[in-house]
Amino acid sequence: MIRFILGRLVKAVFILLAILVFNFLLIHAAPGDPAAVMAGEAGAADEKFLTDLRARFGLDQPLYVQLWIYIKGAVQLDLGYSFRQQMPVAELIGDRLPATLLLTGVAFVLSLVLGVIAGVAASARQGSWGDTIISTLALLFYATPLFWVALMATLVFSVWLGWLPGFGYSTIGAGYTGMAHVLDVAKHLVLPASTLGLFFMAIYMRMTRASMLEVSRLDFVKTARAKGLTRGVIQRRHILRNALLPVITLAGLQAGQIFGGAILTETVFAWPGIGRLMFEAINQRDYNVILGVFYISAAMVLLFNLITDVVYVIVDPRIRLTT
Amino acid sequence: MLKPINLAAALLALSLASPLAAQDGEPQSGGTLNVVIQPEPPSLMLGLVQNGPTQMVGGDIYESLLRYDFDLKPEGQLAESWEISEDGKTYTFKLRQGVTFHDGTPFTSADVEFSMDKFLRESHSRMRTYMEHVESIETPDEHTVVFNLKQPFGPFIGIFEPGTAPMIPKHIYEGTDFATNEANNTPIGTGPFKFDKWEKGSFIHLVKNEDYYMEGKPYVNEVYYHVIPDAASRAVAYETGKVDVLPGGSVENFDVSRIQAMENTCITDKGWEYFGPLSWMWVNMNNKPLDDVNVRRAIMHAVDRNFAKDALWNGLGKVATGPFTSSTRFWDGDTPDISYDPEKAKALLADSSYNGEKIRILGLPYGETWQRWAEAVKQNLSEIGMDTEIVPSDVAGWNQKISDRDFDLAFTYLYQYGDPALGVSRSYMGSNAAPGSPWNNVANYQNPETDKMFEEAALMANPDDRKAAYKTIQDQIVSDVPNIWLLELGFPTIYRCNIKNPVNTAFGVNDGFRDVWIDTK
Repeated sequence: MIRFILGRLVKAVFILLAILVFNFLLIHAAPGDPAAVMAGEAGAADEKFLTDLRARFGLDQPLYVQLWIYIKGAVQLDLGYSFRQQMPVAELIGDRLPATLLLTGVAFVLSLVLGVIAGVAASARQGSWGDTIISTLALLFYATPLFWVALMATLVFSVWLGWLPGFGYSTIGAGYTGMAHVLDVAKHLVLPASTLGLFFMAIYMRMTRASMLEVSRLDFVKTARAKGLTRGVIQRRHILRNALLPVITLAGLQAGQIFGGAILTETVFAWPGIGRLMFEAINQRDYNVILGVFYISAAMVLLFNLITDVVYVIVDPRIRLTT
Repeated sequence: MLKPINLAAALLALSLASPLAAQDGEPQSGGTLNVVIQPEPPSLMLGLVQNGPTQMVGGDIYESLLRYDFDLKPEGQLAESWEISEDGKTYTFKLRQGVTFHDGTPFTSADVEFSMDKFLRESHSRMRTYMEHVESIETPDEHTVVFNLKQPFGPFIGIFEPGTAPMIPKHIYEGTDFATNEANNTPIGTGPFKFDKWEKGSFIHLVKNEDYYMEGKPYVNEVYYHVIPDAASRAVAYETGKVDVLPGGSVENFDVSRIQAMENTCITDKGWEYFGPLSWMWVNMNNKPLDDVNVRRAIMHAVDRNFAKDALWNGLGKVATGPFTSSTRFWDGDTPDISYDPEKAKALLADSSYNGEKIRILGLPYGETWQRWAEAVKQNLSEIGMDTEIVPSDVAGWNQKISDRDFDLAFTYLYQYGDPALGVSRSYMGSNAAPGSPWNNVANYQNPETDKMFEEAALMANPDDRKAAYKTIQDQIVSDVPNIWLLELGFPTIYRCNIKNPVNTAFGVNDGFRDVWIDTK
């Protein structure tokens, strides 16, 4: 097991480096640079303004030099400096990460738990009213575009009913502390987290249901039934455990994205997270910020892939790890 | 009562009402002002960055010597009085006494000299060109500044506003590298509000400057600028009462009428007179057949600008008459006819060198309205038999394509800064046409006659002479159609009616909330 993990980590470092170089070249291939964008927003600029900015940002260096400087820093975990925001990228990402982790983490747990429960419930009585309702809802959530759900949720719960705040991370200027602050953030979290969670919940539900139904037709389930085990025990211990493998694969994928943020949800709900930081950085060609976010999310995807593989072994002892 | 109101009529009624002076009774002190800011500014240091959102927040923190009313007439701000010599070459400003920066250091003529001569010359591209007209700056005493110009420069009196000439504390910046000075993160000016906190991605918080030099001002205790990246969410923010002021351009045009119908909601299209945002399509005259004046005239007559105004801009703004915005000095409405006339356009096109070439239209990547506008123009041009395609891009890509002159027609809009010598001539001077910049004479219009007149008119001491010169220039340029002028854009500021005086000058919300007060009765 240890050898497996170490081997994978070594591979991961090389993959990460390749991703960094590829991202760097990709971003620099896009037209325009941060100096031109900043000058563009000012609506006027002369040659000196642009050359000053480019010199300050190090963009006057040849591309391979810029790449070398970046890789050298990245290897030492130095993510560089944001041209635009005049702050170290690590600090920028560090500021935004808690908000994103809260949002994506809650959405992840909610969608996984509720999705699996709904899937089990639906599969328990295939074709019943309950199954039909759950399956229809799941199909609906699965098929509805995220931004539409977000806008409608804001319209209904924030504008019409006035129950929940429609955007933001906390009430600005309220100065809440302690429990009041936690409650305030929780309230702000409801709409974005459920919007983000709905889609994944639908996927987990559909996958769990299909997988449960498939497993329940296998011979060992018949054996279990013949042994006289109760329905609940068969469902939990025999079917569910075997049916969970595809769900874990998917959960591993989603977990990898937790650190990448959720661009759309964060934008609509003005949630100050990583996804928005990256999206804005792309528009502004703030190279180091884009690369920094890519770096972190790529590292996390690699890490969670590894964790997923390890979890397989725990859930299904038949699986053996080989590097 | 929620009933739809005709927006144009409402605006008309507003502009007929007396100017937005303090006619609403005695100002009250206290309260919090919640304002939308979009996009999040890269920095609040107005001397280094001059984009829209930086100006909006920076205008509360920094001040200049003057401010300008809706007719662009100067009023005193940090200057108490000023004098222009007969020959138009000497400008003498008497500064207000007892003004301090936010850190308590007194503001003196040395700060003015430092800001104008050192800081802004170094970091502010527009100021760099304006300061070329200045021979020397004298500071005979702590409260007097004298600018000696090389030759008369009419627009000079119009540059003393915070976005152009912010007054920067000499004691903090002298001898440092301006761009990397730590103090840029905690900006210090003389303005009515002090910087308190900036939570990136969420809000910027300013607090009242208790030592402000105007008795009783500012009235409100604090200002929150809320960063909300999605246009629909910004509308919701207003509807749910989270913010009380939506500066021009905060919400999509199609949302304006819905919001405007809300109770206690006021709207004004004032506060853009200095900027005079004018939209047009660059015509790339380096490309055939766009070098043919008949092709350009045909396009000009083919584009239905009234439709764009009514359908895409909700009736806001005005159809442009040529290269000048009507609020810019020396504007002349009596220019050659460029109205919508598809029949005339077809006839012109038949007489031209156009042979069915595909014309690439580069839209402006600033949201829905602009996208739809490019589609409307495509439709207009296909009606007179021109083959077009729309080229998509994002902001950075757009900048690049314009700089490289990689387009046939390209949407843009630019500010005019109140005076043709500051904001108009740059787009038409033949000497200013080199590729590499998206803000010079992008169309490559070459006309030695107008070039010469532009140069002379900027340096005339007598406003009447300038007016005559600019009249000739406008007639000439309009008949050459180097660009397809579209609309003078209207960006209404929407606010709760009990917020008094949000827009007082030709700069609107960018001029700081010095005079704002909240009526709680």
